[in-house]
Amino acid sequence: MNSLVLKLLVQRIALGLLLIFLVSIMIFLGTQILPGDVAQSILGQTATPESLANLREELGLNVPPLERYLNWLGGVMHGDLGTSLTNGRDIGASIADRLGNTLFLAMWAAIISVPLAITLGLVSVLYRGRWPDKLISAVTLSAISVPEFMMSYILMYYVAVQLGWAPSVAMLNDRMSLLDKLHAISLPVAVLVMVVLAHMMRMTRAALLNVMQSAYIETAELKGLRRASVIWRHAFPNSIAPIVNVVMLNMAYLVVGVVVVEVVFVYPGMGQYLVDHVAKRDVPVVQACGLIFAAVYIFLNMFADIVSILANPRLRHPK
Amino acid sequence: MKRLPLPTLIGLFITGLFLFTAIFAPLIAPFGVSEVVGDVWEPASAEHWLGTDNIGRDLLSRMIWGGQTTIFVAIAATVVSFVTGSVLGLFAAVVGGWLDQLMSRFVDLIMAIPTLIFALVVLSVMPVTIPVLILVMGLLDSTRVFRLSRAVASDIAVMEYVESARLRGEGRAWVIFREILPNALSPLVAEAGMRFIFMVLFVSTLSFLGLGVQPPAADWGGIVKENKDGIVYGIPAALLPAVAIAALAISVNLVADWVLDRTSSLKGGRNA
Repeated sequence: MNSLVLKLLVQRIALGLLLIFLVSIMIFLGTQILPGDVAQSILGQTATPESLANLREELGLNVPPLERYLNWLGGVMHGDLGTSLTNGRDIGASIADRLGNTLFLAMWAAIISVPLAITLGLVSVLYRGRWPDKLISAVTLSAISVPEFMMSYILMYYVAVQLGWAPSVAMLNDRMSLLDKLHAISLPVAVLVMVVLAHMMRMTRAALLNVMQSAYIETAELKGLRRASVIWRHAFPNSIAPIVNVVMLNMAYLVVGVVVVEVVFVYPGMGQYLVDHVAKRDVPVVQACGLIFAAVYIFLNMFADIVSILANPRLRHPK
Repeated sequence: MKRLPLPTLIGLFITGLFLFTAIFAPLIAPFGVSEVVGDVWEPASAEHWLGTDNIGRDLLSRMIWGGQTTIFVAIAATVVSFVTGSVLGLFAAVVGGWLDQLMSRFVDLIMAIPTLIFALVVLSVMPVTIPVLILVMGLLDSTRVFRLSRAVASDIAVMEYVESARLRGEGRAWVIFREILPNALSPLVAEAGMRFIFMVLFVSTLSFLGLGVQPPAADWGGIVKENKDGIVYGIPAALLPAVAIAALAISVNLVADWVLDRTSSLKGGRNA
């Protein structure tokens, strides 16, 4: 590793941290200084002046915004995410388990979708313009056109209710074995796989096709190599960097897709927790969850950039 | 003008059908939007073509009214997104300098937060009404239009005819709206189709989560939410909006693909 790569990496990581800091400001501004009064919108139009004053006090709305933000940020830095307005519990403790569950779900979706997407991408480039390519393209296009929650219900209707192969709600508890847990989450994982698979496969295909236009591919073809080995030996190694980038971007997308899928399958994760508390207008919980989701998203994007810096041979051997 | 290819015709026909149904919903829908006309989850019959919903309203009527709401909200949000995004994007490209930097970095910042998450954060403190929804969705999405229009306009802004307009002493507004905008329009129109579909999916998702269009008004995401409990009893009412959304999304995509094809082969020329 040389100093140029190191410099780029340090820059990218610093940018990521700066982004997270700025995003925390955005999320704070988004919930605090919008037109209208947070306390008023939580309690509704029928609130009495006394209860409004109490809630303002509890939310710390009487303190200037800058000080409130610094208090909040200071708390977050120490791992203190505040307490929920609706049940008075510590948010950090409630989130810990749920974050684990959400990551469990997203991890299995990633384990299944990544190899599948790359294989399908290779297949569709191999059979470019013929029926396997067109079939894959048509199926993925329709998968993109249906929102996650509708795909979930279609699967739930046919697989869980009509065929009875999988449970229609994904409940988890500590006494379940890993196999039981996997069976419980099979449908939500299937939905997430379908959603990211479509994007990931199309982007993999595009990345490969891009490499296929290079001069060395033409050379390989003119040497008389079979099409499969041209793709596997020459095109694929050179498109690893863009593909890894694609994978990371889709993992970031997965983090958002999880929110809706969790609500559909009543899965005890972060997404459901967030949506529940948005409806209850529980601002501290929404801020904490929003920040965590955004941070995960930013980290995954940052990781994608780091991989592409490391995978770029031109940067390893500066002139 | 060449003949339209078949997929584009199909796309145009289905998109037109949806728009027609949405505009003339009051004339087409057999029943009112929240009129209870039968038993809970009646199967399809001559009187109720698609059966009834979770509290006995005619499902076909709900779908038609729901389509009206969904399509209206999506179009309005797309307009907000386009007007804000393209005006600011063109402005940033023409002005350049620190103002351009400031706006571009701000857009980067907004785009670093997943759109759905940011929308949820904002909706947790705002009253959930249709104008608020349209504004929140439109403004969050305008970041994408900003990036696209800025990129397109930066390419055009260095062309000779723009330079000559500048040298003639035309004002900034003339350069933006008379020189750059007409030539940047084609890629923006193709993008509009994609943004519209995204808005349909977005508003449906929000309504499904209970944070979009509020009952008793109907919209496709809300119809799924209301009827989702029927799924476990084998009642497919909640799947209907999925069919409608997929049909709309695919047909608009077909039209947008054609616009994109046509414009990329024209290379920005007009009247070809």
